[in-house]
Amino acid sequence: MSESSTFSPVVGGAAEPALAAPERGAAGQRTRQVLRFLPTLLLPLAVLVVWQLYCSLADVDPTILPTPSRVISSLWDAKDIAWTHTWQTLQETLIGFAVSIAVAVGLAVAMDQVDWLRRALYPMLVGSQTIPVIAIAPLMIIWFGFGLLPKVLVIILVTFFPIVVALLDGFAATEREAMNLLKTMGASRWQTFRLVRFPGAMPYFFTGLRISATYAVIAAIFAEYVGAYTGLGIWMSQSKSAFRTDLVFGAIAVSALVSVAFFLLVALASRIVMPWYHAARERS
Amino acid sequence: MTMTETAPTASAAIDLRAVSKAFPGRQGRVEVLRGVDFHADAGEFVSVIGPSGCGKSTLFSLIAGLAQADAGTLTLNDAPLNPDDHPVAYMPQKDLLLPWRSILRNVTLPLQVVGMPKDEARAKALELFPLFGLSGFEDAYPFQLSGGMRQRAALMRTVIQERPLMLLDEPFGALDSLTRTDMQDFLLDVWQRFRHTIIFITHDIREAIYLSDRIYVMTARPARVRMVVEVDLPRPRTLEMVPTPAFAELETRLLNTLREENRQQEQTRA
Repeated sequence: MSESSTFSPVVGGAAEPALAAPERGAAGQRTRQVLRFLPTLLLPLAVLVVWQLYCSLADVDPTILPTPSRVISSLWDAKDIAWTHTWQTLQETLIGFAVSIAVAVGLAVAMDQVDWLRRALYPMLVGSQTIPVIAIAPLMIIWFGFGLLPKVLVIILVTFFPIVVALLDGFAATEREAMNLLKTMGASRWQTFRLVRFPGAMPYFFTGLRISATYAVIAAIFAEYVGAYTGLGIWMSQSKSAFRTDLVFGAIAVSALVSVAFFLLVALASRIVMPWYHAARERS
Repeated sequence: MTMTETAPTASAAIDLRAVSKAFPGRQGRVEVLRGVDFHADAGEFVSVIGPSGCGKSTLFSLIAGLAQADAGTLTLNDAPLNPDDHPVAYMPQKDLLLPWRSILRNVTLPLQVVGMPKDEARAKALELFPLFGLSGFEDAYPFQLSGGMRQRAALMRTVIQERPLMLLDEPFGALDSLTRTDMQDFLLDVWQRFRHTIIFITHDIREAIYLSDRIYVMTARPARVRMVVEVDLPRPRTLEMVPTPAFAELETRLLNTLREENRQQEQTRA
């Protein structure tokens, strides 16, 4: 009797918030989500406002520093040209990045499987990252002309390394017990690689890919800057020579958007390829 | 239904005679096993207990063919044990379910490795799911399952290989005690149905008594067999046997031997 009376308030107390919580929680969650994205939106907006105010109040020469509103309106007026250049850069980046991923995966797998290859290539790959792109890009134009090839090569040079390193780390992170388990099942070395080590390296691979994706657009623009017929890079260079600072900023804004789009594309691919990984992460 | 359809797996007797193994260490060779004799009859459930780090896992590696003995003989049904025949299905402490594969595809993994056609492997696995209490979780991913369910899935992956010998290396070590007790009963059920020869490593004396026909107590490194205890409690085992005098007597004997072993280990270390 006394036992039940001491227990009942506890039960009642627990049930009440459990019923009320979901409703309060849903509304609270939505507010919290909005609040979470607020800094992401507010800071760039604040920068633009300060920039706009500074230029108008200090009466800055628009060929030195145009106002954001002027950049946007100029870009709108030149939208056909802007699109031609953007499309060119997009194509180069997509092709270059795709080739770079293929090269990187091939290299990483080969280096993982063949030990002497790894020891031979690793220092060379690190060395390749010390090559200043600013020095090599003009040479590429001399060697390969104004076409697609030099752009693709520059993109590969800039983007393959993070992917290779990430993949090698991922392969190396396979648990020894997992490999032993596969061995007792009778798996060959290659089977263990295909069934366990390669899929297990996917989270690492996508981390590398996210880093590379942001470099890819910059690399394409850089390669164009030193010599091209069309593309955001050469458009920037031409606009600068014509004192169209507003269009230089416009091209920068477009390339930033393209970079962000690439980054999101990789994030999307990651969700499609590894739904288990993202679901598990959201749960914990 | 499935119980009658699944034929008992051919099990095998395993025999180790004077097996020794050393590993190269920082200060010369480290002797891990010294003259170990070990035997399990076909269909027997044999446990191995001993101080931690005593080389039980090395014993497993030798039987599983992951390492070669320096001396001694290993035989399976009186023929030299050939690791290339893969006579052993192995279940480690970690479930090692691949997070990117559904439970079904995790269970069929060993069949895929040996090249069984996909449909056949699927059908075979699906037959086992009700038996392992995992019906409805075929397409779930490992992270969606509780610890006990994951261990059952790992056990299913071990059983489906239909190898004559099953090595279970502290399979329930990471589970809470309630789930653990459930899993022990569950394992006995599975064993009584399939009658594999099971070699079971554990730290838990009570678990060893509850499950086994025979218990090997190992010494500290280099590991030798210190004591072999026959457990003649009737089958099937039930939880009611745990508080009986026969059980308690075995438990005390094993506990005293292990404590003595630990003391000696600490003395040699000091």
